[in-house]
Amino acid sequence: MVKVTIDNIEVEVEQGTTILNAARQIGGEVVPPAMCYYSKLPGSGGKCRTCLVEVAAGSSADPRPMPKLVASCSTPVMDGMIVKNKTSDRVHENRGGVVEFLLANHPLDCPVCDQAGECHLQDLGYEHGSQKSRYEEEKRTFEPIDIGDTIKLHMNRCILCYRCVHVADNLTENRVHGVLNRGEQAEISTYIENAIDNDFSGNMIDVCPVGALTDKTFRFKSRVWFLKPMEAERSCNKCSGKAVLWMFGNEIYRVTARKDKYGEVEDIDGKPGWICNDCRFENKEVSKWKILGPRVIDRHSVISQGKYETKIETSTKKIN
Amino acid sequence: MKGRKLLLDKIGISGIETFEIYKKNGGYRSVEKALKSMSPEDVVEEVKKSGLRGRGGAGFPTGMKWSFLAKPEGVPRYLVCNADESEPGTFKDRYLMEHIPHLLIEGMITSSYALGSNLSFIYIRGEFMWILHILEKAIAEAYNNGYLGKNILGSGYDLDLRVMPGGGAYICGEETALLESLEGKRGNPRMKPPFPAVKGLWGCPTVVNNVESIAAVVPIVNDGGDAYAQIGIGKSTGTKLISACGNLARPGVYEIELGLSVEEFIYGDDWCRGIANGKKIKACVPGGSSVPILPHYLITKTASGENRLMSYESLADGGFLSGSMLGSGGFIAFDEDQCIVRNTWNFARFYSHESCGQCSPCREGTGWMEKVLNRLEHGEGNLRDIELLEEINKKIEGNTICPLGDAAAWPVAAAIRHFRDEFEWHVTNREESQTRNYGLCKEPVTA
Repeated sequence: MVKVTIDNIEVEVEQGTTILNAARQIGGEVVPPAMCYYSKLPGSGGKCRTCLVEVAAGSSADPRPMPKLVASCSTPVMDGMIVKNKTSDRVHENRGGVVEFLLANHPLDCPVCDQAGECHLQDLGYEHGSQKSRYEEEKRTFEPIDIGDTIKLHMNRCILCYRCVHVADNLTENRVHGVLNRGEQAEISTYIENAIDNDFSGNMIDVCPVGALTDKTFRFKSRVWFLKPMEAERSCNKCSGKAVLWMFGNEIYRVTARKDKYGEVEDIDGKPGWICNDCRFENKEVSKWKILGPRVIDRHSVISQGKYETKIETSTKKIN
Repeated sequence: MKGRKLLLDKIGISGIETFEIYKKNGGYRSVEKALKSMSPEDVVEEVKKSGLRGRGGAGFPTGMKWSFLAKPEGVPRYLVCNADESEPGTFKDRYLMEHIPHLLIEGMITSSYALGSNLSFIYIRGEFMWILHILEKAIAEAYNNGYLGKNILGSGYDLDLRVMPGGGAYICGEETALLESLEGKRGNPRMKPPFPAVKGLWGCPTVVNNVESIAAVVPIVNDGGDAYAQIGIGKSTGTKLISACGNLARPGVYEIELGLSVEEFIYGDDWCRGIANGKKIKACVPGGSSVPILPHYLITKTASGENRLMSYESLADGGFLSGSMLGSGGFIAFDEDQCIVRNTWNFARFYSHESCGQCSPCREGTGWMEKVLNRLEHGEGNLRDIELLEEINKKIEGNTICPLGDAAAWPVAAAIRHFRDEFEWHVTNREESQTRNYGLCKEPVTA
């Protein structure tokens, strides 16, 4: 076990833990935001640079500060390391810079985007973005494409986090999509207009931090904050069958995996609770599911403000 | 004695690209010496003593890099030669491989022996296809003469050497992107640590060295590390290939002893013979496109008034405020008629085109800078664009996975630092700036 101090809070974690995961063990405000890192997807992380933190002391053996900000999702902690996240002005400034970069070519079409309300980029923009964009150039644009019969790709909104690529690498036998071209022109695409056709492709939608990959069976049906999330299960021979139903009255509008406060799928019976496409797309009748009760969404999203339980609690706390 | 040559001394001999002539002229001595009379550790020790610094741009001591190589039991180790030379202004490796390919092969054999690699690679940029054929021919000759393959010279040491072409991406010159590409994947740089010395090619310990660094191992083993360390100045030991280009009277690839004065290099009869057409020098990029540009008054003298020398330390004197870097040795000179804004835009366009697009500051930042500079150059900029460029720069620098972000930010930052007047002139004299150039910048008045 090693001891690390993040924003003046000491925590003891196992050797090899990353700074981000150590911060998650503390929880709350000290956790850096992560757009590309996804703990259930080996190989993810390091790319978006929103999780940059300042290392004020490398370790007790070598207490020199690290000259550059480091990506907390891919930097392992050392014994005696002192990390500054919320308490560092440098981090705040540079994270703002990263958010500005992420938003530079983003279409900002939240009013018509299905992800709005549960979008990590929206949250990040709210917290670190500026009121006005300094980007005066023409934004790069792509046409939305179908990548499979149930998934729509809006490349304009993509931040190239590579999470969906890792889903295909980790959950399926053959990856048929990836990143084409490079630099500003890089885009997610399937191999020569191939359709993504496997039982777990729907998880790409769940891992997408923005509205680049959306559920075609749910597109433009409703804003997420009008729906009631319900925990439910069904017997399924492909996955655990444990999911969240997003309901309006007695109608199921969409089905997603159960996600934690970081937007990652929860572990079910010790394994990541990915759900199969049958559960996600093919079973939208209430009779097919056993509904267990309302799902508490622990997310501090802008639009969920006042909507979900935890937010109500925190806002009352603030009033008191 | 200035002008000693260790790498290009045999360049003029006709037929030196063939094994026979190369061998006849003292080639492959280092392989014989190392394999017959030295242990691998001895070779590493000589390289350490020589003080050789990586010739690819970063200038990290080669011997130290070699000693970091992990040596777990039963795991193969690899040596990879980085011949993905694609920095604008740098063409020294190309010259060396084209004209004297056996020097690189010899260096590869000796270095592989020192590192205990039984399979080594030369990763060459895809545009150098004709050089790939030259190298493959040279490698075939080395195999035929028993310098490659099983049991080299009866020493019991086996080595296979392969040349692998890249797809023509600048980013694949970054060592971890190079390894990804060599493994057949998309050339995205990896997160570090782990460094290649611990986990490199196919997860095995790997050393990646520049062509010139590997070639320099040959004279180091032949004459000893101490003799090599005698040449040069301070911690800049040995000789360096400089590819001089731009508005020089005699551009080309020169082998210099480190410590030669910049003034002599530009104006000396043995070297570039001054600026072409009798013009004045306006600026100079001494180490390839990614190092900071120097204005005319900081080229031959440092800010403190000392003579500037062609060495790692002297070129970096003054830090980024008034210095630059030796980098990869791509020496670009600009005469008084050149437009710095246009040149900066050109560099920015290159980095924007070559960014891999993996991490957001570089992907979005390089493209943004290119667009802003494009506007400035074409008379559509505003004064606040100059501040914006500085801001974007600061947000890219140090925040990316690999050094490409820094390499894209530095030239823009330095150009604005030294040539702000010219950028402002492009904004305030939009039409005039489209028809003529600004000319020499003013020297700051020192109190």
